[in-house]
Amino acid sequence: MSLGDGSARGEWWLRYAAPQAFFPLAGRLIPYFAILAVVLALGGLYLGFFVAPTDFQQGEAYRIIFLHVPAAWMSMFLYVVMALWGVLGFVLNTRLSGMMASAIAPTGALFTFIALWSGALWGKPTWGTWWVWDARLTSELILLFLYVGFIALKASIDDPRRADRAGAVLALVGVVNVPIIYFSVQWWNTLHQGASVSLTRSPSMATTMLWGMLLMALAAWMYSIAVCLARVRVIIREREREMAWMQELGQ
Amino acid sequence: MNWGSLQAFLDMGGYGLYVWGSYGVAALCIAIELIALKARARRLGARMTESAS
Repeated sequence: MSLGDGSARGEWWLRYAAPQAFFPLAGRLIPYFAILAVVLALGGLYLGFFVAPTDFQQGEAYRIIFLHVPAAWMSMFLYVVMALWGVLGFVLNTRLSGMMASAIAPTGALFTFIALWSGALWGKPTWGTWWVWDARLTSELILLFLYVGFIALKASIDDPRRADRAGAVLALVGVVNVPIIYFSVQWWNTLHQGASVSLTRSPSMATTMLWGMLLMALAAWMYSIAVCLARVRVIIREREREMAWMQELGQ
Repeated sequence: MNWGSLQAFLDMGGYGLYVWGSYGVAALCIAIELIALKARARRLGARMTESAS
């Protein structure tokens, strides 16, 4: 399939699958997502620390939720997006797909680490332990290893297109872990509490708490988009600096 | 408003270490990610001017 034909037929979105078209677009979008991330995070932190009431069971320790839950959501979501870019790379054979997957991995690993770290610091005062080898915690740790493995695998292969394909296979195989993380609290007996927010029933928490958490989750989205776009621009420059369009751009 | 004083805010009802330990390390991680990305872009810029000259 030729991408040039696609844009000629008016499939405008396919045009952006080409790095030379995507590069300036990403550059223009980054400031908006960055500003949104800061504003949403400030709003979420304000609600979380100054408006949401003290939890009657956990006291103030529960305020870790405004960091922990959005980070955990993001860690799973980014992995799925990374795997989807991998599949897209296989199907369309576009250069950009593998670069997008590479750009997402470090941010996914970051959110996974934050989820694990804040979970440990939440577990200690509420469960009495930093860590237990139960299903939810273990599968989230495996997610961290998958991200790190993905980054290491790609770094170990010199040819970028081959690295993209190998990374896509790893990302795809590992994606089975995501539903395991999500449903682990239902499938196994675990110390970890069940979902506080679900699509099928009303949330089991105060409205202000819920809004604080949702704002923080949106902030995490905006941050991820901004930083991944910035990283994919660096990756595009690294890989395509010898190409004519880059030389013309003077980047 | 939940806090009578700055001290009460920092103390977090006795959970200050856990709460601020979470948010502090998260902020540090984000700072490291942004600095690392900046450094990667800068290294690239240096390499490009090298090859151009």
